[in-house]
Amino acid sequence: MISLGIESTAWNFSIGVVSEDEIIALEGNAYSPKEGGIHPREAAQHHSEIAGDVLKRVFEKVSSSEIDVVSFSQGPGMGPCLRIGATVARAIALKLGKPLVGVNHCLAHVEIGKWLTNAKDPVTLYVSGGNSQIIARRGDRYRVFGETLDIGIGNAIDKFARHIGLPHPGGPGIERLAQKGKRYVEMPYVVKGMDFSFSGIVTHAMRLCDEGYRTEDIAFSFQETAFAMLVEVTERAMAYLERDECLLVGGVGANKRLKEMLETMCKERDAEFYAPPAEYMGDNGAMIAYTGLLMAEHGITMETQDSQVRPDFRIEEVRISW
Amino acid sequence: MVKVILGGEAEVRIHKDTVEKIRIRKRYRISELDEVLRKKRTVTEAKIISSARRSGVPTPVILDVENFTITMERIDGQPVRDAINPDVAEEIGKSVAKLHSAGIVHGDLTPMNMILKDGRVYFIDFGLAYHDDRIEAKGVDIHVFYEALKADFDNWAELWQGFLEGYSEYEKYGQVLERFREIEMRGRYIDKSDANFE
Repeated sequence: MISLGIESTAWNFSIGVVSEDEIIALEGNAYSPKEGGIHPREAAQHHSEIAGDVLKRVFEKVSSSEIDVVSFSQGPGMGPCLRIGATVARAIALKLGKPLVGVNHCLAHVEIGKWLTNAKDPVTLYVSGGNSQIIARRGDRYRVFGETLDIGIGNAIDKFARHIGLPHPGGPGIERLAQKGKRYVEMPYVVKGMDFSFSGIVTHAMRLCDEGYRTEDIAFSFQETAFAMLVEVTERAMAYLERDECLLVGGVGANKRLKEMLETMCKERDAEFYAPPAEYMGDNGAMIAYTGLLMAEHGITMETQDSQVRPDFRIEEVRISW
Repeated sequence: MVKVILGGEAEVRIHKDTVEKIRIRKRYRISELDEVLRKKRTVTEAKIISSARRSGVPTPVILDVENFTITMERIDGQPVRDAINPDVAEEIGKSVAKLHSAGIVHGDLTPMNMILKDGRVYFIDFGLAYHDDRIEAKGVDIHVFYEALKADFDNWAELWQGFLEGYSEYEKYGQVLERFREIEMRGRYIDKSDANFE
């Protein structure tokens, strides 16, 4: 079976084509705001302008007649962005006469991570701009065992980065600064039960920079504190669920220090650490295509009239039949 | 003979009359942060145990707090996991009502963390406890207990009823129970067959 998948949850418009065995094509065009953060309507405008070109590039690599199923990211995400991807997907499905599958975006991150790393039953740390969750499968559902009480870690980093004049996305810039940091400055460490919060640390970090602390030291302390919160709850979920695999997915997973911390945690508890290659860590069409393929193989497809986007779609709502 | 149990966060050494809980070093975090956290949490846990005790919840007596170690009295009884019945569950409910009245959220309410001795249920582990007066936090707190009962006991329904009878002594019982039901309905804890793709 060959599945085409469209990702357009937020900043990236990306189309992937996969079979059971390999990723056949992956093309995309990312939106980057001229200033400030992602504006949903502007991002959607960008997606609609470049969608045709991205699709053309995909069909240069694979013939449209080979496609068996058309998948799209149904949510969670920004409504205007999601609707562009869904519209393109519906049009292709109707044109080719192939079934349509709406895919949960968070589930897609987990599934492609498992596929590319061969992790079997991991506790997954999913960290991106809008999402920060600790996810594990229990029975026929994935469940969220811990998550942010306010903003996602990626947005927290972006907000801090903007404040000190770094371009969007802020992750790479903060990571480079942090590598030059030497002195640890205490930051609010907020873990409540299995949940965590990042808004306090952002405000604190911004204020310290305003007060003249070295930005390198603050970036360093920010990362060390925020990542320690994520690793702590991930470890706790692994202990509670008695799992010995940890999988890292989502755009923030590109951060080397976060990877290193999870690796150390896993080594100390004799667990395996997994992370997919960087290009499949952030939002991409291949993850949607692959998850759509799993769903279609298990008879889960939808009619056009049932394919409305779901900005608040949660991973627990999907029954896993594979 | 010292019995050593390795938990997620701490090593627990059980001596003849005392128990030592030692928070262990986590190498994934830098030592400056690691030491601050372990010290703070050791002190916080000791304080919360004392204030839980003052609010009328049976707990071990704290004998010493030093750096990363709490030394406390050993409660030599029966694990609640092996002894629970609706009456014991009601005792647990009464104690949780007292904790919540005092603004303490336990964070890890399971029968594993309780010991039955002379008809009293001792709460022995406050490692994840924190101060929080929000209804949401308390709703999640009793939801953790509900999930633990469901996962572990065939007669969970009558145990839960017993728990609620005890917990109804809490003045905000109605509000917390309402929030508990909401939490149960929310996606994150969905269990039943209301999925999309069926």
